[in-house]
Amino acid sequence: MADTTDTTTDEPRENDHEAPGPDDDVAAAVLGAFAGSVFVRSHGQPVVYVARGSFADVARYLRDEQQFSMLIDVTAVDHLLDGVRYSPPGVALERFEVVANYLSHVRNRRLRVICEVPAAEPSVPSLTPVFPGANFPERETFDMFGIAFEGHPDLTRILMPDDWEGHPLRKDFPVAKVPVTFKGDPSPR
Amino acid sequence: MGLEQVPHNFLTARLEDVVRWGRRNSVFPATFGLACCALEMMATGAAHYDLARFGMEVFRASPRQADLMIVAGRVSQKMAPVLRQVYDQMVEPKWVISMGVCASTGGMFNNYAIVQGVDQIVPVDVYTPGCPPGPETLMHGILTLHEQIRTGELLRRREASPTGGAGIVLDREPLPTSSPVS
Amino acid sequence: MTDTHHPDTSLQRQTDEGAQELVPRTRELVMTGGVWPEDTLGDTMIINMGPQHPSTHGVLRLMMELDGEEVLRIKPVIGYLHTGMEKTGEDLNYVQGTTNVTRMDYASNFSNELVFSLAVERLLDIDVPPRAAWIRMMMVELGRMASHLLFQATNGMDIGAVSMMLYGWREREECLRLFETITGLRMNCNYIRPGGVAADLPPGWRDHVLKVCDTVEAGVHEYDELLSDNPIWLERTVNVGVITTEECLAHSITGPILRSTGFAWDLRKAQPYLPYDEVEWDVVYASNGDVYDRYRIRLFEILESAKIVRQIVEKMPPGDFRVQDKKITPPPRARIDESMEALIHHFKLFTEGFKVPSGETYVAVESPRGEIGCYLVSDGSARPVRMHIRGPSFYNLQSITPMGGGSLVADAVAIVSSIDPIMGEVDR
Repeated sequence: MADTTDTTTDEPRENDHEAPGPDDDVAAAVLGAFAGSVFVRSHGQPVVYVARGSFADVARYLRDEQQFSMLIDVTAVDHLLDGVRYSPPGVALERFEVVANYLSHVRNRRLRVICEVPAAEPSVPSLTPVFPGANFPERETFDMFGIAFEGHPDLTRILMPDDWEGHPLRKDFPVAKVPVTFKGDPSPR
Repeated sequence: MGLEQVPHNFLTARLEDVVRWGRRNSVFPATFGLACCALEMMATGAAHYDLARFGMEVFRASPRQADLMIVAGRVSQKMAPVLRQVYDQMVEPKWVISMGVCASTGGMFNNYAIVQGVDQIVPVDVYTPGCPPGPETLMHGILTLHEQIRTGELLRRREASPTGGAGIVLDREPLPTSSPVS
Repeated sequence: MTDTHHPDTSLQRQTDEGAQELVPRTRELVMTGGVWPEDTLGDTMIINMGPQHPSTHGVLRLMMELDGEEVLRIKPVIGYLHTGMEKTGEDLNYVQGTTNVTRMDYASNFSNELVFSLAVERLLDIDVPPRAAWIRMMMVELGRMASHLLFQATNGMDIGAVSMMLYGWREREECLRLFETITGLRMNCNYIRPGGVAADLPPGWRDHVLKVCDTVEAGVHEYDELLSDNPIWLERTVNVGVITTEECLAHSITGPILRSTGFAWDLRKAQPYLPYDEVEWDVVYASNGDVYDRYRIRLFEILESAKIVRQIVEKMPPGDFRVQDKKITPPPRARIDESMEALIHHFKLFTEGFKVPSGETYVAVESPRGEIGCYLVSDGSARPVRMHIRGPSFYNLQSITPMGGGSLVADAVAIVSSIDPIMGEVDR
């Protein structure tokens, strides 16, 4: 029932961090083309951590050289309040991570590319010149996290009203619950 | 001419009953389906839970031709001014049914994005609970509204309340309506 | 406090219960007629369709630049149903997560629940028992049938065949009634949960399911007869909203829209996540990439789903309907009276939830609209760090721009309808 081409192994749960030398040939190619990248096998899926500046170049490389015909998703994660942060060896962790998932139809495989984004300088090269379908998800990531995508044709808010202040999915933006009381209840929840 | 302007005495009481009977039996809902509740609202209008037997199967797209707004679904911050604008475009007498818990109180989404209850924006006449309320619950809400229209209770309540509705006060800049620029 | 003998019914008693600070918004420019700004005068007119509109399938706003009746450019504006579900998802634990996720694509609830549950199970490194997997497959396929019937209804009405609205809902009622029997709710069922499904199938389910399949198949043949060779329908839909495979791949478009261009990609065949390779069925695809093809694809996908469901009815294995791990799935209600341990497990699961070791994963599933994915990041606690759902309609809406340019206004309605967007998963 695996959805990737890896052969299911009986690796124990803890052993998610691969030693150097990826067993995935696409990841090996990416590591060869882009120095400083790190490969990790995460629950059976190949993931490559790349430098922020080469995010769009990796996309172009995957599309042109490796037949990854579709960008599935671009999103971000805010690790400000993590309990035990998942930290692969060899990756310099920052507050934000921008994650892109790619799919190759002809080779029937997926690849995930992650880059670390510091809070002080939240910007990443945009994937829209390579995959026009990144237009909406990058706007959403900008709207929700405040991460700017350089080279995006129309980086404006997409889900929140245009004059909204703040970036809702950041961990320092509260859920903003309204206290709810019930009749006869002396204290609000 | 509204019922409110007619002087209320034993001569006009019959007329009022007829007018209320007419209003109750031909309520035209405005299409305001927002989310999951919209699917149950459409199911209520469909063949099995037929709303046509209550005179209500014609959902008018234009709010100017509708007198009932069934707010079916969660109202987000971006949608709130639109909701108010559509409500203002409806002609008196008009009623609002808040369908589902998201429209009534914000439902399970107690967060920054959802207005916690559509009665913060428009006066609501009937609240229907459920997530989503099944067609039977919605019909119960509609029939409750019909009953209140028939007995005139709604109009009496509106006259008694200072704000003309379920107790909301808009104390900020009025939202733009669609009347032509004068 | 109110006195029960003399309840306070005065409307003057207002409370601040649930009052919310609605920040005053700055004024927006609302075009109401009268004088238009200079730079909009010219040959073309920009009009606004929605967000409150009978044909926009929920709260979608379309800005169209028109030259007479012809649409030059079309731009979707979304966000009118943004519910903060991903933020709420970080606030709810993994046991409660499916209640949140199921309301995203509210036309096919089981796909959302399935993708979230599969992601959580992958982070936990557990596998569900075979019966649970087969029950999930059956519910997801029945959900696909219900969703495509909804499409037939709304698509028909938008293009003008108003009676399709009633026929589609007539068959969908049968599916919803089946869901109520099995899961307890017509919609937003919260049935597929991490660890398996919430409850076993009720007795007599085989006959009920087969009866629903028969009714739906008969209905589908009726729609086929009514519409597929109808000259008016053909005029309205053939060669309208044409899109090519390259445009689909570039815009991250999946599902029936991609399959209508001649590219037969279906995750159920390519990367099966449930035992789809143990039942016989075909991927439905077309070659022209227009509205008519998408209508036909969804029509025949109902029949394929019914085929799958019939085989599941025959082949359903016996066994557990959820994983027998006491830390993840709650004990049966009867055991709570007998065993202290069961009571404690029940209590812990429904107050605190279960903890998931730190990690991240992406799982994708074929929903009726395309590839729905869940990117889940955990940190060892009971709540996710990030729960992101890759809603297919969010990406499929980007196809309006290549499809809609150069069409007529009436075609724009048909095109939006053929994309079959559900705004709940677009805006989340």
